[in-house]
Amino acid sequence: MNETIGLILFVIGVLFDLFGCVGLVRLPDVYNRIQASTKCVVLGTTFLLLGTMVWVGTASAIIKGLLCIAFVLITSSTAAHALSRAAHRSGVPLAEGSVIDQYADDLQGEPGYEENES
Amino acid sequence: MNQSDYKFKRKPAIERLVLFALSLVFWIMLIWPVTSVDGRLLTGDIAVGIVVAAFVALIMHNIIRVRFVRLVNPVSWFWAFVYLFVLSYYVIKGGVDVSYRVLHPRMPIRPGIVRIRSILETDTGRAVLANCITLTPGTLTIDVTDDGVFYIHWLNVLSLEEEEVAKQVLRRFEWYIKRIFE
Repeated sequence: MNETIGLILFVIGVLFDLFGCVGLVRLPDVYNRIQASTKCVVLGTTFLLLGTMVWVGTASAIIKGLLCIAFVLITSSTAAHALSRAAHRSGVPLAEGSVIDQYADDLQGEPGYEENES
Repeated sequence: MNQSDYKFKRKPAIERLVLFALSLVFWIMLIWPVTSVDGRLLTGDIAVGIVVAAFVALIMHNIIRVRFVRLVNPVSWFWAFVYLFVLSYYVIKGGVDVSYRVLHPRMPIRPGIVRIRSILETDTGRAVLANCITLTPGTLTIDVTDDGVFYIHWLNVLSLEEEEVAKQVLRRFEWYIKRIFE
């Protein structure tokens, strides 16, 4: 029984990881790609860890799984923030069709910021 | 409450005690189970944990800027518990929403970076809010300034009105985080 539930969770997790990778290829610019790789992969990895917890089923595995989920949630969003901020600061432009960029508007006057027209 | 004046001061003893307890609990979770197969307590492992936790509490406490004492109260815990479910709901919704946009043949995205001002005042609260925004449907925190302005990359910009944007992105978390951390 536990193995069946674990397998179902594995399948859901791998599917979301796959969707994240598809997004990484299909979406237009670096910021959208970071979005896909953060959200889908966080959800997919969480489901994989839940599946492992159900599959193994010991107290030790469950505690470690919950800790891993907490750290995946914290680190992946922090990494996404650091990557996107660095990308924007070094002048990577937004994709065509982007509606607005208030960050670039506010950064205009700051020292060390170069405007990259694209 | 501004925390910057708090940065390089020594933490009070009670603060360090709470930090010690948290570190020890974390260590015990990592080495669980604490008894060996024949039922004896793993005193060696726990002793190492106590030494490391004491080291953290005595020497490294300066670099950790969270005020732990404020977090030790049942009201915070209650709202943290409720918030856990709210956050799980939005994490699942976020994954499903982005998957839908990625798999849709025409990719219904309308990306842009918007500016929002938050009502949160502590660094801890803002950091947690920024991380939560990144985990939720189609939003990604790019930068937070010292006076609480969030720059958010939004996969599907629905509105450019500042108040409307804040309602869509920020307010649903702010309310809980204010009760947990401030």
